Amino acid sequence: MTAQAAETGDLVAVIGLEVHVQLETATKIFCGCSTDVGDDEPNTHTCPVCLGLPGALPVPNEGAVEAAVKVGKAIDAEIPEETTFHRKNYYYPDLPKNFQITQYDAPICQDGELEFNVDGTRRSVDIRRAHLEEDPGSIKHVREGTEGLESRTVSIERADYTLIDYNRAGTPLMEIVTEPDFREPGEVRKFLEKLEEVLEYLGVFDPGRDGSLRIDANLSMVPAEDVDDDGAIPESVLEDANRTEVKNISSHKGAEKALAFEKSRQKKLVESGRAVEQETRHFNETHGNTVSMRSKEAEKDYRYFREADLPPLQVADWKERIAIPELPDARRERFEAEYGLSDEAASKLTSTKQVADFFEDVAEEFDPDLAATWVADNLLGELNYRDMQITDIDDRFDEVMRLVELVAEDEITAKNARETVLRAMLDEGKTPDAVVEEADLGKTSGDEVAAAVTEAVDENPGAVEDYHDGDDNAINFLVGQVMQKTGGSADPGDVNQLLREELEG
Amino acid sequence: MSDSAVEPEDVRHVASLARVDLDDEEVDRFVEQFADILDYFETLDEVPEVDSETDLANVMRDDEVRDSLDQDEALRNAPESEEGFFKGPKVS
Repeated sequence: MTAQAAETGDLVAVIGLEVHVQLETATKIFCGCSTDVGDDEPNTHTCPVCLGLPGALPVPNEGAVEAAVKVGKAIDAEIPEETTFHRKNYYYPDLPKNFQITQYDAPICQDGELEFNVDGTRRSVDIRRAHLEEDPGSIKHVREGTEGLESRTVSIERADYTLIDYNRAGTPLMEIVTEPDFREPGEVRKFLEKLEEVLEYLGVFDPGRDGSLRIDANLSMVPAEDVDDDGAIPESVLEDANRTEVKNISSHKGAEKALAFEKSRQKKLVESGRAVEQETRHFNETHGNTVSMRSKEAEKDYRYFREADLPPLQVADWKERIAIPELPDARRERFEAEYGLSDEAASKLTSTKQVADFFEDVAEEFDPDLAATWVADNLLGELNYRDMQITDIDDRFDEVMRLVELVAEDEITAKNARETVLRAMLDEGKTPDAVVEEADLGKTSGDEVAAAVTEAVDENPGAVEDYHDGDDNAINFLVGQVMQKTGGSADPGDVNQLLREELEG
Repeated sequence: MSDSAVEPEDVRHVASLARVDLDDEEVDRFVEQFADILDYFETLDEVPEVDSETDLANVMRDDEVRDSLDQDEALRNAPESEEGFFKGPKVS
């Protein structure tokens, strides 16, 4: 704590998170219904168990339990000898049984931590617990009327009734609860990015799935002078500060935005001598603000009790049995050491497991520097420009590999490879060889084009002069000349570029 | 008359958690009934110790997809439905 920040009257934000992530399993947590719901018709992935019909018996999915143990290993948590399930009772249409099966006093993961970087500084946040539970169904709030359902779907306040789809009900969820170790909304965002990266590496999480990540965040403001020198905040100080819980956050960016709003809202209240109400608030993504929600049940109102239909799980020894892949931090360090990559390149290449795996496949065949340039700069750069993800082309890695091969074997120029071939591959779905052939990009042809460019410049001093005088039509004339000389086989864009280089050079 | 003390406030609170609207007369009736139910639990104290069943643990199933119900079957017991959805009350 710097002397300046500790001045009397300064306030520090204290933030803790509850992160709900959907675990990527084939079936739901307590029944055999498929979780691969996508845009399927409502209520086509249900059975007596996930509809909560009387007498149905839940049976835990071993895949979901394994995924939870993997998460526990990755965050260095303790897996207790015995872990149990509880019923959390509340009445809401998305919950067909009027209770949610969750974990209470014996969660599957306890006392973990996660390290991440904030502006080059290493931070570690303690994870109090991570437990398994079932996802509720999804609700549409609907207004009466004769128009289609889509146009009658409205906000909760304006609705006349609800429509419920239980396809999602019973999807395995892991709720990851951190200690209130965050001080800045920006840190929360970095933490969530890292958490998602780790979960993806473990193969237990699909960020592309709608609603796969949901965050509740609590925030309070405490006097800066109450913060200990090591940054810790005494229990009594935390208890004295009223905190708000912000719900309905569904992205990293949303979390940062919601908490920044909440921080300044509370700061203003405290500074103007008013009290912060201890309450639940709803984040409105569109407006970027938080609004008070009608107070929900207190903890005791959930009337937690043991789920008698589910015997305890004893899976502490699974921690030894189940292997997890190399995690992003370890892999980044290995990439730097093994391939001599910069920190920046290694970070980009380990951002997702798929990217890292693909890079290693390419680096095995070709020069690692070339592989790094191609995967980190060219491929990720062009994908990013198109708002595409690596997952959008993961069935075409062999084509990208072939493209790198063409460059490695000097068959085409690096510039053509990226600017013509890769772009045509992404925009038009063509194979690299097809693009090379169509655009006649073989190096000889490249030489012919270059020769034609030089000729066109030499033969048309008038146009060259016009170009230098700022007449943009002159370049079009010259492009036409080159196209004629090459029988139309050259790429006009490339010719334009080459001409400008020739004229400027 | 029962031995357990149940206040009308307790009944109202439990009713509100269950989203059930009770009038005063019903509250009075449930005060009586709640107390009786709690008394029944005391009867359990008189049950003699018996050997418990073998402790079960790790009852799990493989992560393999099984057939789900058809939409029609799923909605069969719903009092109301619309376009394949269950229809429920407005919520806050």
